[in-house]
Amino acid sequence: MAEMIPSWETNPILSVEHVTMRFGGLVAVNDLSFKAGRGDITALIGPNGAGKTTVFNCITGFYKPTQGMLHLRHADGKPFLLERMPDFKISAKAKVARTFQNIRLFSGMTLLENLLVAQHNPLMIASGMTVLGVLGFAGYKKAEKHSIERAEYWLNKIGLYDRADDPAGDLPYGAQRRLEIARAMCTEPELLCLDEPAAGLNPRESGELNELLLGIRRDENTSLLLIEHDMSVVMEISDHVVVLEYGTKISDGKPEAVRNDPRVIAAYLGVDDEEVEQVEQALDVVTEEAQQ
Amino acid sequence: MSAEMERPVAGPNYAAAARDAVLAGVIALGVFGPLIGFKTEQNMNNQLVVENRWGIVIVIVAIVVIGRFLLKAFVFPALVTRKANAGPASTDESFFKRNFKTIGLAFLLLYPVIIVSMLGYQQSIKWVDNFGIQILIYVMLGWGLNIVVGLAGLLDLGYVAFYAVGAYSYALLSSHFGFSFWLLLPLSGILAAMWGVILGFPVLRLRGDYLAIVTLAFGEIIRLVLINWREVTNGSAGISSIPKVDIFGWITFNVADPTYIGKILDLPPSSAYYKIFLYYLILALALFTAFVTLRLRRLPIGRAWEALREDEVACRSLGINTTNTKLTAFALGAMFGGFAGSFFAARQGFVSPESFVFLESAVIVAIVVLGGMGSMVGVAIAAAAMIGGTEILRELSFLKAVFGPEFNPDQFRMLIFGLAMVTIMVWKPRGFVGNREPTAFLHEKKSVSGSLVQEGHG
Ligand SMILES: Nc1ncnc2c1ncn2[C@@H]1O[C@H](COP(=O)(O)OP(=O)(O)OP(=O)(O)O)[C@@H](O)[C@H]1O
Ligand SMILES: [Mg+2]
Repeated sequence: MAEMIPSWETNPILSVEHVTMRFGGLVAVNDLSFKAGRGDITALIGPNGAGKTTVFNCITGFYKPTQGMLHLRHADGKPFLLERMPDFKISAKAKVARTFQNIRLFSGMTLLENLLVAQHNPLMIASGMTVLGVLGFAGYKKAEKHSIERAEYWLNKIGLYDRADDPAGDLPYGAQRRLEIARAMCTEPELLCLDEPAAGLNPRESGELNELLLGIRRDENTSLLLIEHDMSVVMEISDHVVVLEYGTKISDGKPEAVRNDPRVIAAYLGVDDEEVEQVEQALDVVTEEAQQ
Repeated sequence: MSAEMERPVAGPNYAAAARDAVLAGVIALGVFGPLIGFKTEQNMNNQLVVENRWGIVIVIVAIVVIGRFLLKAFVFPALVTRKANAGPASTDESFFKRNFKTIGLAFLLLYPVIIVSMLGYQQSIKWVDNFGIQILIYVMLGWGLNIVVGLAGLLDLGYVAFYAVGAYSYALLSSHFGFSFWLLLPLSGILAAMWGVILGFPVLRLRGDYLAIVTLAFGEIIRLVLINWREVTNGSAGISSIPKVDIFGWITFNVADPTYIGKILDLPPSSAYYKIFLYYLILALALFTAFVTLRLRRLPIGRAWEALREDEVACRSLGINTTNTKLTAFALGAMFGGFAGSFFAARQGFVSPESFVFLESAVIVAIVVLGGMGSMVGVAIAAAAMIGGTEILRELSFLKAVFGPEFNPDQFRMLIFGLAMVTIMVWKPRGFVGNREPTAFLHEKKSVSGSLVQEGHG
């Protein structure tokens, strides 16, 4: 039975329903519907300019979709209509966190400060909307200590504990990517959206990233939605793959199903040879693993 | 002056510097003594008489000696060490640098005492008022604007509007209703903050240049309202005879009052007491501003301001309500401007729209930028340099002896101002204190190089 109806259909955290996003005459996302399962790693893939980042921007409220609905349901059953919420509330209330394709860290602030800014809302309440904090009430001290502990936990997870007091802008590229994920995780999200987290990473860093993402899914009650060009990452860690081309969904299913979809192969053939090779190699790996 | 080659010495060698300074002084005396010290003049009987001008000679020699000493003791070693460890900041800073804040604070607290004990009450007025109070007003304004420009990264070119709101609030409410300064001080701050919110609400959606232009316009609008709303503000004639501040009614500074400070403390009447009192008042207000700002920086709101300056989009992705965050920065900055404004009105006893022209805003922004955006110490240094510098120009009337009686150093103020700013920005593009102090640390506190810190964009 579970084989017939995929888990994301029965218990989705996010349902994207008929979302269309137009920029003037350009249709960046065209009547897109898909579901992201709770506790799953869902991958959104597609050639350059397919509209993947635009979908993320709609989910996180940076764009208002021209049409369509975005339903989010927390584990406790609380529903949210994301297309009606301003961006900061989507993070604060609906608990959707994100990272950016071009990294957006607070480069002049230290790693620790970056992670503390991510805990702004609970800390703000603890500081009595600043008033009690200025007067030096003890409650805030406790809350800050707790926040620093959370920051330490994530710094350890991403292997940057020793560099806690360095400015974020000083980190190498791969470490910045991990810090951005840790910062998003410090908001305690139910859904974490990662825009090309493996872009620009070397194979070792890419492997570490897989570990980190699998660890998040295992330990944190957070579902993941990720955009990825690196097929090895997609095939290795994702439970569900959605494929976009020119803003339209062309395939949706388990990684093994998607890899055999002729339309997906065609879409990637249309891009460039290197990426097709990557797809094929990754598919082979998965097939071999499946056969063993 | 001595043409001795500079040996690369690491630390400041005071003995050698003093020796060198004395030598330079002797040479200067030898050169300038005959050249400037004697002047021939024809008297009534067409006789040539020699006039002595030892005063100027002493001033010049003193400048040479002190200048040489400073160069030798601080500037050259600093240059050498800078060259030696270009790159990583040196860990063993000098005693002076390490304790700069403490020394500065002690100096500020003792300043009137030093001046009075050196010059007596009557002569101290100029130094306490024109230098001390004037500089501290701008330190406070700089620290207030620092919240908006330095921390939150919002370029506000109309800050003087809030200063004006504070000044007129005090001027009007005290002369019409006779409210005391101690009631009107917080009230002026609240009114200015309210205007900050009223202005901020529509304006903070704008970014970068647009925000700058609209705030600039707002500053001008407030000034034009003050000029044209004659019934209330008395137009460009301004409001005069604004009541003085008193110490909670116990002690006053009007000679006629029975509670006059001179009568209570049994001192001869002098206006110096009021100036000294005002000095400590503005010092307290400025330190209050600094205290609150330092506290706020360590609270989530302060971190959110700085994060906003670094990357607004990332802030929103982390659930920070950026509109509210900007508004609080704007309102708090305005509040401190309002405090300073009400103090200004009380000190002058007179306010007119003339005091709140765009140039004032420009000077305050310049102080913040020169000081190094976000740095409290830097802003204080910049205020002292800029405001103290312009005041010193007024004191240079002895240059008339050199350049003739028509020479008025005050006229060159703006020119020198501009030159100095260009020089400083070339020499230290990030301002006097370019590094950012982190607000929390796990292992050890390391300051963040200015090159990584963003300047904000709206
Ligand atoms: N703000 C915008 N205004 C106008 N057009 C936009 C905007 N954002 C995206 N687009 C257009 O929408 C289309 C989809 O862009 P999007 O960034 O979503 O692609 P993507 O799938 O993320 O591509 P990539 O793999 O290169 O990141 C592109 O043609 C892009 O030019
Ligand atoms: Mg993209």
